[in-house]
Amino acid sequence: MAKTLYDKVWQAHIVDQLGEDSLIYIDRHLIHEVTSPQAFAGLNEKGRKVRRPDKTVGTMDHSISTRSLAIDACGPDNALQLHTLAKNCEDHGIQLYPVGHQKQGIVHVMGPELGLIQPGMTVVCGDSHTATHGAFGALAFGIGTSQVEHVLATQTLKQSRAKSMLINVNGKLPVGITAKDIILAIIGKIGHAGATGHVIEYAGEAIRGLTMEERMTVCNMSIEAGAKAGLVAPDDVTFAYLKDREYAPKEQSWDDAVAYWKTLYTEDGASFDTVVELEAADIAPQVTWGTNPGQVIGVNTPVPAPEDFSDPIEIESAKKALSYMGLKAGEKLSDVAVNHVFIGSCTNGRIEDLRAAAHVAKKGKVSSSVTAIVVPGSGAVKRQAEAEGLDKIFEQAGFEWRLPGCSMCLGMNDDKLVSGDRCASTSNRNFEGRQGRGARTHLVSPAMAAAAAINGHFADVRDYQE
Amino acid sequence: MSEQGFTHHTGIAAPLDQANVDTDQIIPKQFLTGVTRIGYGKHLFHDWRYLDLKEQEPNPDFSLNKPEHKGASVLLARENFGCGSSREHAPWALADFGFKTVIATSFADIFYGNCINNQLVPVALGSEQMDALFDAVKADPTVAITVDLPAQTVSFNDTSFSFDIAPHHKTNLIKGLDAIGQTLELDSAISAFEDKQPSWL
Repeated sequence: MAKTLYDKVWQAHIVDQLGEDSLIYIDRHLIHEVTSPQAFAGLNEKGRKVRRPDKTVGTMDHSISTRSLAIDACGPDNALQLHTLAKNCEDHGIQLYPVGHQKQGIVHVMGPELGLIQPGMTVVCGDSHTATHGAFGALAFGIGTSQVEHVLATQTLKQSRAKSMLINVNGKLPVGITAKDIILAIIGKIGHAGATGHVIEYAGEAIRGLTMEERMTVCNMSIEAGAKAGLVAPDDVTFAYLKDREYAPKEQSWDDAVAYWKTLYTEDGASFDTVVELEAADIAPQVTWGTNPGQVIGVNTPVPAPEDFSDPIEIESAKKALSYMGLKAGEKLSDVAVNHVFIGSCTNGRIEDLRAAAHVAKKGKVSSSVTAIVVPGSGAVKRQAEAEGLDKIFEQAGFEWRLPGCSMCLGMNDDKLVSGDRCASTSNRNFEGRQGRGARTHLVSPAMAAAAAINGHFADVRDYQE
Repeated sequence: MSEQGFTHHTGIAAPLDQANVDTDQIIPKQFLTGVTRIGYGKHLFHDWRYLDLKEQEPNPDFSLNKPEHKGASVLLARENFGCGSSREHAPWALADFGFKTVIATSFADIFYGNCINNQLVPVALGSEQMDALFDAVKADPTVAITVDLPAQTVSFNDTSFSFDIAPHHKTNLIKGLDAIGQTLELDSAISAFEDKQPSWL
């Protein structure tokens, strides 16, 4: 029977079959300060060891300041969490990239940069945006802390096979439309829980045409569609990205690895539980209007009314969202003023994202009513941006240029909003209170965020293309 | 991970009649700075439950604060409960508050697994069955709701609904097994797998 990419990666990792469950081997385990301390504490209580410290890599990202390298810059609780990670990594012989290290960064940005993520791997992290790494054709998914402990102790996880979903994005992407717009449009179409229980494979001409960083943006938000994971089959774009990266295979191993990686594709005739088709030409720059990522519209579409929906649950959700977001049905997004702009995160904190934002930023100045920050996703992104002069473009336009970290995406650090703030954000979640209690988040692409910063309200970024 | 088993539970319910309740709502980020698994219950649903940041002024309109739902150990919700962040602090907070089970139309995958690993029993029922449960609690907040895990039923008044749960999840909840200890017994299979891995991994 013809196999899907998911079938191939899944079957290659079965250690043992336990009834309906499989014991799956984990090739790479990424850890950070927020979801690992209780897992190490659990190991220590039972006198258990980390089975494969060589397959485990840590970084500091969520709880850190992006204004200061001081470990206690966000207070004693955050500092304790960071010190705890450092001690756990030291005690168990795990490579850690702490604050200030040149390779430190958001776990889902620095991991790929170092070549830690390769096609056909299984990758886990105590973070739902682990789905990012599916861009390499790796089966990558977020896990809870009990599972972090399980992987530390055994390098395996008990898992049930997920259902499969194929999402084809057909045709060429129009000018001004980005990977962020693709994934938001997908979530808008299938809904915030549309892929629950599924592993998605993204395919079609528009996906094939994406760079690795763009594929990461798409896969990153698979979880916002409810999916277990998102995959893109590896190809020459993938191999070119990985070649010569620190943890990538070298010499003969590289040739062997590439030969294997080339077998990782969905065979003709393989079947999926669900198939979704989108036309790239139909995608406009996306802006979320509500409080879940499925509540999203094109920038020139009026804010919907609850009665535009047929499902009673969606009608109730829309009412609640409009109230929280302080929006009226029929309102134009170009009339909606923002007072904060956040450019960064594991979704959109890579160098191509910053280039796209800088391209718009150099055409104006940040509106006097807006506070705008640009947070590179890693030390490497920061250095590259500075080498290209992007930091100067941002600063001259009135953006703050920060140190790498998760920053305002989740606000468990010193970057958070207050009640009533309205933010154009390149992050991944527009949940109530996500960026600060009572604050309103609109998810957009980096270019759209920069355009909102300059205009003080949402604007169609296609007007900024030459 | 708890090693105490769950067989059945009877309690009163707190109704949370909305879809897409995300883990940021269940336990907001400012409470994730701990390094232990305990003490999250007082911050459960912080933004909805309290009118102030210091948690001194309970929101009287929020379900968990209503006198008729005081002492609730069964949480009722709708579609896609527990979506968003993978934070296990969400089931830790629900369990620490006193919930033994969450009954909802559907759950997000990671949250569901986290519940299983914390002896917080996730029960998925059809939307009409959930309507019946919400109606019953509305009519009588003291209605006793029983979740019988071996029988896979939810019962209240004269009504009983069956629910599905994967056999291994059920077994783990009932026996309260140490999942890591179980897997460590498969050490030789894991070692054999590692021996066959290609050189670059």
